[in-house]
Amino acid sequence: MTPPQDAGTAAMAIAPRRFFGRLIDSEEWLGRAMIGPAVIYIVLLVGFPFLLALFYSVSNITVGSAATKYVGFHNFKMIMENPSFWVALKNTFIFTIVSQVIVLVLAKILAMALMKDFRGKWFVRFLILLPWVAPVSLGAIGWLWIFDSIYSIINWTGRALGIFGPDVWPIWLGQPVLAMASIITVHVWRMLPLATVIVLAGLSSIPHDIHDAAQVDGAGFWRRLFQITIPLVLPILMVAMLFGIVFTSTDMVVVYVLTRGGPYDSTHVLASQAFFTGIEGGDLAEGAAIALFLFPILVAVAIGFLTVARRSEVT
Amino acid sequence: MAAPLSARVKTWFLDSAHYGTIALFALFAAFPFLWMVITTFKETNDLLDTENNPFLYNMPPTMENLRVLFQDTLFPQWVWNTAWVGVAVVVVTLLLAVPAGYALARLSGRWAQHLAIAIFLTYLVPPTILFIPFARVIGNLGLQDSLWSLVLVYPSFAVPFCTWLLMGFFKAIPRDLEEAAMIDGLSRFGAFLRVVVPVSTAGILTVVIFAFTLVMQEFIYALTFVTAASKLTLSVGVPTFLVRGDVYFWGSLMGACAISSIPIAIVYNLFVNRFVAGFTVGAIK
Repeated sequence: MTPPQDAGTAAMAIAPRRFFGRLIDSEEWLGRAMIGPAVIYIVLLVGFPFLLALFYSVSNITVGSAATKYVGFHNFKMIMENPSFWVALKNTFIFTIVSQVIVLVLAKILAMALMKDFRGKWFVRFLILLPWVAPVSLGAIGWLWIFDSIYSIINWTGRALGIFGPDVWPIWLGQPVLAMASIITVHVWRMLPLATVIVLAGLSSIPHDIHDAAQVDGAGFWRRLFQITIPLVLPILMVAMLFGIVFTSTDMVVVYVLTRGGPYDSTHVLASQAFFTGIEGGDLAEGAAIALFLFPILVAVAIGFLTVARRSEVT
Repeated sequence: MAAPLSARVKTWFLDSAHYGTIALFALFAAFPFLWMVITTFKETNDLLDTENNPFLYNMPPTMENLRVLFQDTLFPQWVWNTAWVGVAVVVVTLLLAVPAGYALARLSGRWAQHLAIAIFLTYLVPPTILFIPFARVIGNLGLQDSLWSLVLVYPSFAVPFCTWLLMGFFKAIPRDLEEAAMIDGLSRFGAFLRVVVPVSTAGILTVVIFAFTLVMQEFIYALTFVTAASKLTLSVGVPTFLVRGDVYFWGSLMGACAISSIPIAIVYNLFVNRFVAGFTVGAIK
């Protein structure tokens, strides 16, 4: 009497376990279940707002308005007629390109200097990493004090050492060219640590034999640098540059803290102008349109770099 | 005789060039922080007297600036807010990114490769493009001036990066490890939880530190979503609310910057090698 009943309940108890067991054992379903939440989250919080941004840029939405309607390319036309947009676009390019070139050259030099072992290396590494780890808005505040119009330590030192004559007193953040140089300096300061550690990782991955062999064959320092080292670290260099460009060209913190776009709107970048138009000015539609100008630039850069990185990896 | 001497001179010259280069770079990187610390302990009158040598303490060092910072400003509240948001975001990020990173590293078909690249490419849609639509969405959800808005949105930049990093770490773990566990009767998921996760503690810790520093760095979302001074995080509170109009309390301001920057940098420094390893493995392979 009891045996069949037992078998029945046992089978019923086993069935769901088997079902889930199979699901868990099925690699394909397990993979989907494990990656699903992350993908859904990214679609909802990156994909969806991105589509919203596209929609806003062709609408007349503002912070206060309830009703919005489609206005075509009106916003883009308005932006392009505004001369300060072109200044911001130009600045975005200048800040990004100039600071990236400087960062790459300095990172290469610094990484080569750090390749050698020496006493206190960990402490030097800690100091060099500081600008990257510290919140950039706070680092920029530090620079605001260094660049202060009256109490600038640079000016004081320059005067004390006699480098600046009695009539020379640069107002770092108050003159357009100096303000741009100051902003670029802070970008370089901030991006150099990351670029250095990435280049360093690339350099240390080159086997010693290659250098030794080249040296035996009589290749000098520069020849080894350009024909061995640089080609071998190129893929990693490209990744470092891609991140550097994405971070620098979309950053508004340095400009916001140091100059707020001044003097006379000469140092705005696209990101800071999008913020002042869209949030402070309340014109969400035009702000979204300004910010979107960054996107095609980033896509082009990414495609270019990833292609080069892939190609140089094969050879 | 002459040859060894000139060789010694050459080594000496190269060595000093080497140390000189490193010293210059270290000075460039660290000077702003050194300057913050020096300024923090100065009397305001000392700071503002242009006759004084700014490198020296012309009046005795003071704790007054730090007292003002901790007692008369919202700084302690901002520290708390930042820590709270940081921990919440780290938890959300780990829950999403650890399984996703494992799936991309191991359970790979063709779709996994495409997904990995797609996740990498979300970096091309940075906060600068998204903050304007988010401003409206957060408003509609009724989350303005709430720290929850940051907890909701911050993983959108932490998850892709951390998934990418973790994928690199998991790829470096030999497959035999799980396969042995699965032969011993664990399911694939069981092997992941009981074998892979425990041996990846160092990698996961790296991601924790990294996600936390991303939260500390974030500026534009917090500036957009939060206007109430008591709900701000450090990165926005210090530059916006410690500066009133044209009056800068430089001593307190520099103290706030130094206190917020240096401890996290010390912790981060312990993990930087792993971070770079994960970053470059993920990016190249």
